[in-house]
Amino acid sequence: MSAQQVLFDAPGPRARRVILIGNIVGVLIALAILWWVVAALAERGQLTGSMWSPFLESRTWQFFILPGLLNTLQAAGISIVTAVAFGLVFGVGRLSNLAPVRWIAGTVVEFFRAVPVLLMMIFFWLALGRSGVVQPQDAPFIAVIIALTLYNGSVIAELVRSGVHGLPRGQREAGMAIGLTRSQSLRTIEVPQALVAMLPALVSQFVVILKDSALGFIITYPELLQYTRRLGVGEGNVIPSLLVAATIFIVINFALSTLATRLSVLLSFRAKGQKPVAREALAMDASSS
Amino acid sequence: MENYLSLFETYDVPAAFWVNIQLSFWAAIFALVIGTVLALFRISPIPSLQWFGAAYVNIFRNTPLTIILAFGFLGLFSVMQVSLAGDLNASLFRIAIVGLALYHAAFVCEAIRSGVNTVPLGQAEAARAIGLGFLPAARLVILPQAFRGAIAPLGNVLIALIKNSTVAAAGSVATESSSLMKTMIEFRSDLVIPIFLTFALGFVILVIPIGLLTTWASRKLAVAR
Repeated sequence: MSAQQVLFDAPGPRARRVILIGNIVGVLIALAILWWVVAALAERGQLTGSMWSPFLESRTWQFFILPGLLNTLQAAGISIVTAVAFGLVFGVGRLSNLAPVRWIAGTVVEFFRAVPVLLMMIFFWLALGRSGVVQPQDAPFIAVIIALTLYNGSVIAELVRSGVHGLPRGQREAGMAIGLTRSQSLRTIEVPQALVAMLPALVSQFVVILKDSALGFIITYPELLQYTRRLGVGEGNVIPSLLVAATIFIVINFALSTLATRLSVLLSFRAKGQKPVAREALAMDASSS
Repeated sequence: MENYLSLFETYDVPAAFWVNIQLSFWAAIFALVIGTVLALFRISPIPSLQWFGAAYVNIFRNTPLTIILAFGFLGLFSVMQVSLAGDLNASLFRIAIVGLALYHAAFVCEAIRSGVNTVPLGQAEAARAIGLGFLPAARLVILPQAFRGAIAPLGNVLIALIKNSTVAAAGSVATESSSLMKTMIEFRSDLVIPIFLTFALGFVILVIPIGLLTTWASRKLAVAR
């Protein structure tokens, strides 16, 4: 149902007046909230020029924001690649004909989807740091990537599975008819089509990866939030610094979300008898931090 | 084994989980209320409210929860000196609840909107035909069906909220389970893996029944069409 059009009639003169009044009241309330926030910030001296002027200096960007952003993008970028690989392996594993493979893949996927990403990050950070397998200073970076890969890879495995389930049965039957084995048919016929159907959901998952990379802040990985906090402590402008960091995240994620929406509109033309992969229908991935 | 059991004498693991459950419980209630209001805004005929709802969802959905909760501690608590309780720890705890609620409200709003999308057009038309205005139609016809259609996605938000309550560590709520796990691993490096598995299992036990329950409830309560 497209709620926007049917929940109310085409407004007549009285309804238009009510909407106009509601509109004005709404704007006034929004302005009141905004005013309250601005006044509270101003009262604590957060809106003075000296609080914000560091963002006009190139050294702020050169030594704090850009290195932080680079580290964030690096962790997120590598995690995206590894998570997709993990998701493909375990998604196909869950569709296998062999019961033990299905069972193991299923357990792994369900386990890592149920455990908070932060717990995994802290565990790998401390465990790797002590084990001597990696240099102690690399431990946070590697822990961020492993934790993001395990969690998001498991979600992507579910996306692959539901993408393949959403294909018309004829695809699989055609594969069998020309004598392909189950795994050949999955690899060459079903998964490639499922990947296209799950593209919007996949891009939305990239937003989750990017957001969750900020958890690295807690395990001392020097990502954007960590750097902006240092900047804020150094310059005495914690609130402006955090707001700038949040804005950078919002801009990037909003662009990715818009891309996901565009893709789903674009792909809705080509799906024939094929169900698109809806992220909302999958358990527990919609709103990870 | 005795070594492992001695952990529970030194550290109160259930108490840490209890903190996460409390954080999730209060945040879930506030998020449900705020999210429902936002969903109403987004489907209302008033443009400024629609715009406000959309802006809220886009801002909070795209901000990392870590930043929101870190802001609660570094910004609200330290700089703005916001205090929600007389006691320091209780105040941080409540600020974390506010942060969790504000963040998850955006996802509750989207879950309810997806529930509204499951209500057939004829329902809204019928409501209008018998003369109901926007608010009565929403209250009596649309939302009751939308909530039933939204149970599965709302369950997913609740599960995410429980797992995300560990991020309260970024808001200096030091009694919750991820902080306790960190302390335990630091002091008992001989038992790193058992400690992690204990906490992981705790969350599996918390989260999986909720998943099963909401799946069952969403089937049971689905409006037959």
